[in-house]
This record gives sequence, C-alpha cells and structure tokens, in this order.
Amino acid sequence: MPLIDIDALHKSYGETEVLKGIDLHIKKGEVIALIGKSGSGKSTLLRCINGLEQINGGAISVDGQQLINDEMHLRNLRQKVGMIFQQFNLFPHKTAGENVMLAQQVVKKTSKSDAEAMARKMLDRVGLGDKFDNYPDQLSGGQQQRVAIARALAMEPIALLCDEVTSALDPELVGEVLEVVRELASEGMTLIMVTHEMAFARDVCSRLVFMHQGRIHEMGAPEEVFTNPQTPELRSFIGMSH
Amino acid sequence: MSQIGFWDILTNLIFATGWTVLLSIISFIGGGILGLILLFARIGKRKWLQHVVKVYTEVFQGTPLLMQLFLAFFGLGLMGINVSPFLAASVALILWTAAFLVEIWRGCVTAIPKGQWEASASLGMTYVEQMRHIILPQALKLSVPPTVGFSVQVVKGTALTSIIGFVEVTKAGTVLANATFQPFTVYGLVALIYFALCYPLSLSARKLERKLNAAH
Repeated sequence: MPLIDIDALHKSYGETEVLKGIDLHIKKGEVIALIGKSGSGKSTLLRCINGLEQINGGAISVDGQQLINDEMHLRNLRQKVGMIFQQFNLFPHKTAGENVMLAQQVVKKTSKSDAEAMARKMLDRVGLGDKFDNYPDQLSGGQQQRVAIARALAMEPIALLCDEVTSALDPELVGEVLEVVRELASEGMTLIMVTHEMAFARDVCSRLVFMHQGRIHEMGAPEEVFTNPQTPELRSFIGMSH
Repeated sequence: MSQIGFWDILTNLIFATGWTVLLSIISFIGGGILGLILLFARIGKRKWLQHVVKVYTEVFQGTPLLMQLFLAFFGLGLMGINVSPFLAASVALILWTAAFLVEIWRGCVTAIPKGQWEASASLGMTYVEQMRHIILPQALKLSVPPTVGFSVQVVKGTALTSIIGFVEVTKAGTVLANATFQPFTVYGLVALIYFALCYPLSLSARKLERKLNAAH
C-alpha cells in the first residue's frame, strides 16, 4: 500500500487553476523530486500534502488516513508529515535547541527532559550538537536550515516535504544541507522535494516528477528521465537547466 | 486677588497634576485590559466578533475624544444616570485608549511573517498554541515601543477632561489663570508639567525600541 495517495487533486486560487488533476502514489522510502518551471504547481502540490493549502477537489491520504480540513485531523497528519521551507522559518525568539524542543512539548506532550534529549540527538545528527544554545540569527543560513531539519525530524515523521530547501542559501552553504538530505534518503526516509538542484535530484531520487502547467507531465527513474525525455517540454526544461 | 503668588500657583498645579497622573494611569491600564480583550476578538477566528471590534475602533478613532467625553458625561446624565466628571472621564478615556491600542497591537501581530504561522502549523500546532508560543511572544516584543509611545497621547488626552469639569492640571490652570490674571505664567507652567510627564515616556519608548531591536 502506498504511503501517500494523491488522486485527481485540483487546486485553484480564485479563477486560476494551478493543479489540474494530479495523481501520484508514493511508497514508503521513496525519494521524489518535483521539478518544473516556476508556476508549474510543484510547491502548491507539496503544500497541499500537509494541508497548508486547502484543496478544491480530489483526495489525499497519508498512511491510510484521509486529509480532512479540521484542526484535529490536520494535527495528526502534520505529526506524520514534516515540512522544511525555503526560508527556514526558525522561531527567532527561541534558541536552536528550543526550536527543536517546542513542538515535541506542545504537540506531543513530551516531557521537557525527553524533548531536550531528543533535540540534542537531532541537532547532533545534523552536525550542530554544539549550537543548542545559539539563537537563529547567530547561525549561518545553512546551519539554520539544518536546525529546521532537526526540528522536523524530532517529531518523528514518516515523510518529509522539502520546499526548495537550498534556494535561499549562499552557494557555498548548499552542500552542507544537501548532505543532510542525502543522508536522510539513504536511511530510508520518505522524501518529497521541490528542487532546482538537478544534479542532486538525479543522484539521490528514486523518482523524478516533471510538472508542467498544473499537471504531471512526465515521470520516471531519474536516469531514464534525464537521458530519454519523452516530451518536448521536459527536453527543453532539462536543456535549460544544464 | 494678587495675593496668590508664584509658589501658590505652582503648588496648586502640582497638586492637580496628581489627578492628571491618576487619570492617565487608570485610562492606560483600563484601556490596556479592554484593548487586550478586543485584540483577541479582532484576530480570532469568529468573523462577526472581528467585525464588531472593527466597528468599535472606527467609531472611537473616527470621532473627537472631546465628543466622547461630552457623550459620556451629558449623555449618561440625560439617561438619568448621574455620573461624576471623574467617572465619565475615566470611562471615555478607557474606551478611547482601548480603540487605539487594539489597532497598534493588531499591527504587531500581523507583522509576524507568514512563515512563522506555516512552520508552526506544519509542526502540528493548533491556532491557540501558535498564538501562545510563536506569534504573541514575538508580537509583544514589537509592541512595546509603540505602546509606550502611545501613552504620551493618553497623558495629553486627559487635558480635554477639563471641559467636563474634572479638575486635573489643565482645569486647575484655567481656574488659576482667571484668579491671578497671569495666564502666560500659569499656562506656561502647565505646559512644562505636561512636558515633564511626557518627555520621559517618549524617551523610554525610543530607548526600548533600540534595545528591543538588538537581539534577544
């Protein structure tokens, strides 16, 4: 059974239809890269999966549970599906450690000592064990993004959504974040990422999904998609990005 | 009449200043509490409550404080409720202060970037949890300088209550000016007293702004 089921998903902003019927089934442990031009709907698709955007039609289910738009259902869903953002979105009034601890304590009602132990473990895992007491503005962009990853991991999600996680970083900081993502993939975490890092996507992903004008235009194993694109749109997109 | 000397004027004014200060504190604290309640209605999820508060702030911000004082004093009197000038002044100033504070604070809440809402939502927090742990602590920090700055307006606003007969420092000044025929001296002193009350407030607003802009 797939972990994430997306069927006939439609999403509009007012008159503009941005997702025009998406079917996508993601198995546990798959690493999916959503690629495509800006405006093709890939970020919107990602944001629909954890309910940040309300859908207008179709259905999404995660781990057998239907996405329903009320607070308790969303709360359950979001504990299973973590999200990492382009702009990191760390809580600036809390230290790195507190950022990782907060939702555990508030949402999962974990005790403070357990939350702290988990936070230390997760910060260690992303290579920031020594930054527990630093505030976000004392960290580089790459470090902030790694704290954001630790924060999502501390909730022990079954899948992670990554929305252009390296796009706001200086080029020299991209590598450290991708390294963490690569490690997660190799440990079997289910990942769905919107990315412009084509080389990384080709290297790490089990499946590439090319989106065009609100639809899945083409998808397949990365080698296949890159070496033998079937549609002129994908051909020109790959040509562009090289 | 000219037996009233400079020191008599000054001591009388300083005594009346006590009432100005008291009225300012009542207005600010009362308005702050009411403003906080209105804030939760204004940024809450109930549409009709948002609307009620919106109308409230527009009415109180869109009419002169002087009219509000008249209505509180004479209006309630017409309805057969006998109110003292002090009570009428307190009520009007509390309502007026709350109308401004709720908008100042709402601005601070909406100034928190959307990403903070999205990140906390993605971690499974409910609206109330987001407010309590993420949004309000950051908004509170933003709100301190403009709130302290607004307290200056409250202090100056109390001057209008002299019109409904409440004897604070402006009213005391009018009485003394009439008695001594030295309006320039008297009102000069009144102005200096207001400045002495307000300057430390605006100074501390500026200091707080600089301090809170620096990290943590």
